[in-house]
Amino acid sequence: MSRRTIIPFGPQHPVLPEPIHLDLVMEDEKVVEAIPSIGFVHRGLEKLVEKKDFIEYIYVAERICGICSFMHGMGYSQAIEQIMNIEVPERAVFLRTIWAEFSRLHSHLLWLGLLADAFGFENLFMNCWRVREKILDIIEETTGGRVIFGSCKVGGVRKDIDPVTLKRIDKLLAELEKEIKDISNVFMNEYTVKRRLVGVGVLSKEDAHVLGAVGPMMRASGIAQDMRNLGYGAYSKLEFEPITRTNGDSYDRCAVRIDELFQSISLIRQAVDKIPEGPVDVKVTGNPDGEYFARLEQPRGEVVYYIKGNGTKFLDRVRVRTPTFANVPALLKLLQGCDFADVPILILTIDPCISCTER
Amino acid sequence: MSSLSKSPWILHYDASSCNGCDIEVLACLTPMYDVERFGIINTGNPKHADIFVVTGSVNEQNIDVIKNLYNQMPDPKVVVAVGICAATGGIFRECYNVMGGIDQVLPVDVYVPGCAARPESIIDGIVKATTILEEKYKKMKESKSLVKKGRV
Ligand code: SF4
Repeated sequence: MSRRTIIPFGPQHPVLPEPIHLDLVMEDEKVVEAIPSIGFVHRGLEKLVEKKDFIEYIYVAERICGICSFMHGMGYSQAIEQIMNIEVPERAVFLRTIWAEFSRLHSHLLWLGLLADAFGFENLFMNCWRVREKILDIIEETTGGRVIFGSCKVGGVRKDIDPVTLKRIDKLLAELEKEIKDISNVFMNEYTVKRRLVGVGVLSKEDAHVLGAVGPMMRASGIAQDMRNLGYGAYSKLEFEPITRTNGDSYDRCAVRIDELFQSISLIRQAVDKIPEGPVDVKVTGNPDGEYFARLEQPRGEVVYYIKGNGTKFLDRVRVRTPTFANVPALLKLLQGCDFADVPILILTIDPCISCTER
Repeated sequence: MSSLSKSPWILHYDASSCNGCDIEVLACLTPMYDVERFGIINTGNPKHADIFVVTGSVNEQNIDVIKNLYNQMPDPKVVVAVGICAATGGIFRECYNVMGGIDQVLPVDVYVPGCAARPESIIDGIVKATTILEEKYKKMKESKSLVKKGRV
């Protein structure tokens, strides 16, 4: 047997925008085991409910993670609204859905860029981010923020999108669709890219199920589970099918995310078509008393919000189970037996978001 | 010296930020904002870096990592704190695991405001940092030549 060496990976590492530390136990070029150690971004956000009241806390919820920021705000307010029996106006629900899909677009493009960077295709990385800026422009125009939108609140949304802008969004989406097609063509068909992705890190359907993977990770292994099917937000009124693939390798995980880009574009189109007229928020009176469990589909997978109120301004408990947390066991499984050179790609294919995992 | 201030290399570390500022720092490198036109390159190696860009606040776990990275950088070096978190702790200030801004551990030269900090202001901050870098270099050189001449 060859000798074992331990190679530390992270917390500061060129392919990782975020700090996570792995001890990779190696036998020659093969990884035998990966031991994660975390806590570099832990802040203690859940405890902050004791200091900020439930209306204020949405600002904190949005900052659990800067990439799916809007959806954290959305999940939090959905849970509070359910506890307090608040009827959110239809228009607000549609607007939330539109913004949620825009954040999925920007998140997936960001991920594609980082993946390209991980296998050393700098040009592709730049191109993904160039297209992403166009989405951020729309977001900035409609909400005022680029990454932290701040447009969701308990009882509705803070801003309305006027009809002229909605029409323009429709036109911009057509442009975007074309550019995304060009990019996806490279990811799906380019020889060098395929060499790095096809057959790397295969997660079988059984493993995905047993290890509790979520989101694109699970769908790439052939399990058609998408929380949007629960029909929260306006999704019950829009048409879509969960996207799945069957091989469960890095290539399929990439393919699922690329297809989801087109899916999001179609969802935004439908929502823009069907959006009803009306107010965008209702007045919130009283304090939450009771508990609720909200499940949402974020770009990285299913997020769970558990909230318990006690009839005062301050909540008893906010608990978030984030998608990356659910995907880490699957990642550790993938890392066992992989080549050292594939480690960055495998870490990236789960689309890790450390700051929401550690909060 | 102008070579230093005209093409500073930056090292970015995410202390305990929410990612908002991190992706904005990354966005600065991409075609829309493109800091490479100022000669700025993002490096992953502290030993190559002149400017240390930190996002997020200090906590128990990462305090040593931050110090470690800073100590590995060659002199002269400049620290840029990006975002309110890095300046004071921001919205997370009252959290039990947040010790405060980056200035708790390192001497910060430039603070970039915003939550999330906008790419424009990040670029502005880094360009300011290059001036400070140049000053620091001059001072370093002067003191060295004084040592040589035996006046210190
Ligand atoms: S300043 Fe705001 S956006 Fe930046 S890391 Fe802190 S909370 Fe996130």
